[in-house]
Amino acid sequence: MGIYLPIAEISVNVFVLLAMGAAVGFLSGMFGVGGGFLITPLLIFYNIPPAIAVATGANQVIASSFSGALSHMKRGTLDFKLGGVLLAGGVVGSTGGIFVFGFLRRLGQLDLFISLLYVVMLGIVGGLMLVESVNALRKSRDGAAPVLKKSGQHNWIHRLPLKMRFRASKLFVSVIPVLGLGAAIGFLSSIMGVGGGFIMVPALIYLLKVPTNVVIGTSLFQIIFTSAYTTLIHSATNYTVDVILAFMLMAGGVAGAQYGAKVGQKLRGEQLRALLALLVLAVAIRLAIDLFVTPPNLYSLSTAGLN
Amino acid sequence: MGGRSTLKAFLAAAALSLVLAPVAQAQAPYARPLHSEGIQIGLSTNNIAITAGFSGADLTIFGSLEDADPQVARQGRYDVIVVLEGPGQPVVVRRKDRVLGVWINLESETFDNVPVSYSMASTRPLQDITEPNSYKQLSLGPNNIYLEPAEPDQNPTTIQEFTKALRERKSASGLYSENVGGVQFLSQNLFRATVRLAPDVQIGTHKARAFLFKNGLFIKENSAQLEIRKSGFEQAVYRLAHNHSIFYGSFAVFLAIITGWLGRIVFRKD
Repeated sequence: MGIYLPIAEISVNVFVLLAMGAAVGFLSGMFGVGGGFLITPLLIFYNIPPAIAVATGANQVIASSFSGALSHMKRGTLDFKLGGVLLAGGVVGSTGGIFVFGFLRRLGQLDLFISLLYVVMLGIVGGLMLVESVNALRKSRDGAAPVLKKSGQHNWIHRLPLKMRFRASKLFVSVIPVLGLGAAIGFLSSIMGVGGGFIMVPALIYLLKVPTNVVIGTSLFQIIFTSAYTTLIHSATNYTVDVILAFMLMAGGVAGAQYGAKVGQKLRGEQLRALLALLVLAVAIRLAIDLFVTPPNLYSLSTAGLN
Repeated sequence: MGGRSTLKAFLAAAALSLVLAPVAQAQAPYARPLHSEGIQIGLSTNNIAITAGFSGADLTIFGSLEDADPQVARQGRYDVIVVLEGPGQPVVVRRKDRVLGVWINLESETFDNVPVSYSMASTRPLQDITEPNSYKQLSLGPNNIYLEPAEPDQNPTTIQEFTKALRERKSASGLYSENVGGVQFLSQNLFRATVRLAPDVQIGTHKARAFLFKNGLFIKENSAQLEIRKSGFEQAVYRLAHNHSIFYGSFAVFLAIITGWLGRIVFRKD
């Protein structure tokens, strides 16, 4: 069944969009990532113009994150206080990111920069997570009980001043790294056009030592606001949010997110991290291939003035 | 929805503006007839509304020859080419080159006023109708339309290379197409042309043009305008997004929150 998208100005298949939304929503609920880094490339692959894919992806991410966050809230695996502080940093970071975005666009190499940023960020994050989680899995298989948080083992982050207690995360830590992390992710996400969950999740786990199950709910909570902000900015400046397209993706996405959250709950932290690492690495490799392999078409067309 | 059937009805009903010319035939039968042929085309509607169900369509254009020589017509030596040309846009063609192993957009060339789409139908294969040179002069056919570089004083080989790439990309994406046999004579004077509207047809003023050839020579050209626009709901969404963008954005966010909440209620798994 075809449907005509008023903003993208293209006719697409409803079921393809629903399935795409459901698949990404499933992963989103499972790993606590918004799925922006998956939905945007998928839409572009389905011939949706990139500018619309980025903005509409952000809109769809709100729905699946909200749905996922609700189910985490009910389980008590959402740290509102931690999420709020991250968000405060995030707003500052995103605003800065939007300025840099405009600057890069004027230089004319924005696409390349975004691709490189994706490959580097996803590669580092995915690689580190994979190594760590595989080690953890191996240890637990060898019989030793998995140690999530070794007491008394603190890194430099825990020695900073202005400490704050985050009860749900069983965390007593300085607000400086939390704000900084929020700002850094906000900055990257407004340039890359994603919620930033795939950076947030490992950063909270490894840098702040937040328990994995709380990380997912908190990350989703934070992503709701980041992507809402992105959606608004894109609607107001570029008119690139296609609400019909977004709704199709959302409808599939919210269903998928609930199933994903359920499956995620059954998996152990290190299994979840290993799977997320593999997913992140797969996207990084896919994007890297595009950068290095001779493209089938050396020439590309774009409408002057619109981009 | 049901928009598709509406559109079909429009197209099926595509009437003709038949302007036959019986006068010419009434002239002295034994004198060598001096035919001054003309061509007319007609569209039943001068605007097409795209609705939610739109997934591309075939547009039928009817037309007739005026003052046609019956003998030439019998021998099938009249040829007609019909073109539906989309609105013009400036287009940037970019070429990727390898820098340190990475493919980067390096060189680019801008062209002014490139038709977004170019759908052509003809009675016979192009090479059988007339000389390659006349196509060039008429700027007729996906491979012959004149593409105007924004900076014409650049290296001609570069311009040529990018022009070729532009045609090639447009054809590959189906926006420029040729439909040999897409024009059929229904009688000696009456013909019907079928041109394809792609699912991602550009909104705007399209131009239907008909070219008449006789014995391999170009005789006349005629054109009609076709307005392609979004229908009620799609148009309303588009207007809202452009004229009340903050409200539209807030609505999009609100819709996402509601969908997320409903999804949680409907699909909850715990």
